[in-house]
Amino acid sequence: MEMINAEIFTLTYGSMVRQLVADYEDVEEVNKQLDKMGFNIGQRLIDEYLAKSKTQRCSDFRETAEKIAKVGFKMFLNTTASVTNWNADGTECSLILEDNPLTDFVELPEQLSALKYSNLLCGVIRGALEMVNMDVECSFVKDMLRGDDVYEMRLKLLSSSTESYPFKDDD
Amino acid sequence: MGCMTFYIFNRKGRCQYYHEWQRLKPIKQGAGSQDEDFKLMFGLCWSMRALATAVDPKNPSKQQMGAPMRIGDGCSFNSIKTSNFKLHYLESPSGLKFVLTTDPTVGSMVEQLQYIYASLFVELVAKNPLYTPGDAFLFEPFSAALNKYMRTLGLLS
Repeated sequence: MEMINAEIFTLTYGSMVRQLVADYEDVEEVNKQLDKMGFNIGQRLIDEYLAKSKTQRCSDFRETAEKIAKVGFKMFLNTTASVTNWNADGTECSLILEDNPLTDFVELPEQLSALKYSNLLCGVIRGALEMVNMDVECSFVKDMLRGDDVYEMRLKLLSSSTESYPFKDDD
Repeated sequence: MGCMTFYIFNRKGRCQYYHEWQRLKPIKQGAGSQDEDFKLMFGLCWSMRALATAVDPKNPSKQQMGAPMRIGDGCSFNSIKTSNFKLHYLESPSGLKFVLTTDPTVGSMVEQLQYIYASLFVELVAKNPLYTPGDAFLFEPFSAALNKYMRTLGLLS
């Protein structure tokens, strides 16, 4: 795969977030925009992921989460996450990132403490899974920029739909 | 000339890309209209998988014919060979379907379709800012690369 310099990537992301903060002036709105941008990225990125990793269909959501954490993060961010805290019926889990390349050199100033700096990642996961017919909810619950010990994303499977024949018989 | 036509369908059954290199029997004498032709082609691939799943002697969890399946469930097929042409098929877990029809003498195109997906579609379409996921597209670099690849494979003179 093509690689770019990690620092260029980090700094580009940083200046983009900075610009969003300047443009929208409202931290909640910035979080929302980051998620939306991520969603659009995810919708395209899924094909690159599937084509290059030659992944076939995952048998269940657990496998999906493992693939995101071990293969997906490795492929696009050159880091891996661990998957823990499963709920009983296997529809909710946490992705723990110990190293997040997006946040190198980043400090959150006091007045932006509500900013979910890496929220783009949640959007990417949501967008990518949407393309394989899985609706999920994804959000950051722990953020090292806000003083937690790790980055933790909570991933929740809402529904996983089947493929249906798109045309009616009589048209 | 080995290759005849090429289709890409999105997961909703819409044809996103169509190219014909050689089509001796015009669509008018076949399906009637271009749209109808897309629908028939998609229907053929769809039904093929459903039928194959229904008669599958290996999988113990029998599915009822026509029961809804998740993408990639059941039996996927790689090609259909008839006396006049051969249809090569690749389906990605994101629901994209690549269909290539060629001369019946052409061998397996599984890897070649995978290459079209990974190196042509992803690089020249998915990464093109003008592309909206799921919509039809017509990008010159993709078409050119596809033609060039077909020539390398010796399917196009």
